[in-house]
Amino acid sequence: MADVAPNPGRSVIYCGVCTLPPEYCEYGGTNKKCQEWLEKSHPELYQRIWSVEALEAATASLSVEAQERAAKDAKKKAAKAKAAEEKQAEKLSNSVVTIKRIERNKRKYVTSVSGLEAFGLELKKVAKDFGKKFATGSSVTKTPSGGEEIVVQGDVSDEIEEFLLEKYKEIPEDNIELVEDKKKKGAAAG
Amino acid sequence: MFKKDLSASPRQKLKSSIQRHIRQSVLTTYPLLTPFIDDVMPKKASLEQMKLPDRVSLYVCDNQPLFFQHDTDALLPHLKLVHRFPQCFPTIRIDRGAIRFVLSGATLMAPGLTSKGGRLPEPNAREGKEPIGEGAPNEGADEEGRWSRELEKGEPVVVMAEGKEEAAAVGILVMGTKEIKEKGKGPVMEETHFLGDGLWNLSLD
Repeated sequence: MADVAPNPGRSVIYCGVCTLPPEYCEYGGTNKKCQEWLEKSHPELYQRIWSVEALEAATASLSVEAQERAAKDAKKKAAKAKAAEEKQAEKLSNSVVTIKRIERNKRKYVTSVSGLEAFGLELKKVAKDFGKKFATGSSVTKTPSGGEEIVVQGDVSDEIEEFLLEKYKEIPEDNIELVEDKKKKGAAAG
Repeated sequence: MFKKDLSASPRQKLKSSIQRHIRQSVLTTYPLLTPFIDDVMPKKASLEQMKLPDRVSLYVCDNQPLFFQHDTDALLPHLKLVHRFPQCFPTIRIDRGAIRFVLSGATLMAPGLTSKGGRLPEPNAREGKEPIGEGAPNEGADEEGRWSRELEKGEPVVVMAEGKEEAAAVGILVMGTKEIKEKGKGPVMEETHFLGDGLWNLSLD
């Protein structure tokens, strides 16, 4: 409270891992990572918060019992966070982006892209990007099975694959799947 | 209140008359903010409103979250704003043992404040001190973190924590601070916004 800054107010450093102010990292569940981050990017702060003396001073005021309980709680939380992270990673490696070329009329195609949401992308924004990139109509539509997919006009499946790999590095190449779908009207009519 | 993660929704620009209205109510609720109001809400920048679930609206200015409001209750500051202007909001302090509960969304209980590490307001703690700026009432926290005025039930308050510099939560008192001292138990604060909750993690870009 001592450093009453003038106008724009104080600027507080937030942890790059858990977004909390670094002194609260110990409650975030990703303690280890936060510490590493802080040591790398703000060594002086790290010294102040995680040095041995600071830790001792912090725990001195608690009773032994309370300390134990807190430690146990923290451990549980960390384990939970870790499990969630692993699960997320597994989900990520299992999820597949499907690019489907659908014949709409003879020699007319639309391209549908599904599975992007698993990579934490916002479909609406990606759809807009596709539209801009390929100068075609591009929209988010609901699939009958309940999910959502992006439908781009025209046959741009190869370009989309390239574009995705280039722009969204988090999608591994192996997780993109190209599919061709020929039926639609043709199948229904014939 | 924001235990679950929130997703960003579209923002609307507010009419200037409504902006003026909000500005006014901010000043009535937080008179201490008077010297800084132009930094918090620059006159030129336009204020935007984002509607969140459960009739909560969040006021955003220049991609900075400022205040949130449930229905027509008191405006509460977003913690990022509190971190920028910590001296402008009435505070209480919780002891170290309570931090982890508060940061996982528990209702704040009185023992966390009445114990040795907690700090409740102490009238006269600020005798002989100057107000922090023009137009602000003469109140504030002393070196120990005791606010210089008893806070009433229903007042918005910022929760600091023992051994930490930054605020951990904000909320509305459901019990006056005087009563807390007398009773020493029961819930103290509701409608809280705490570090790491959905509102905190809400991304605005």
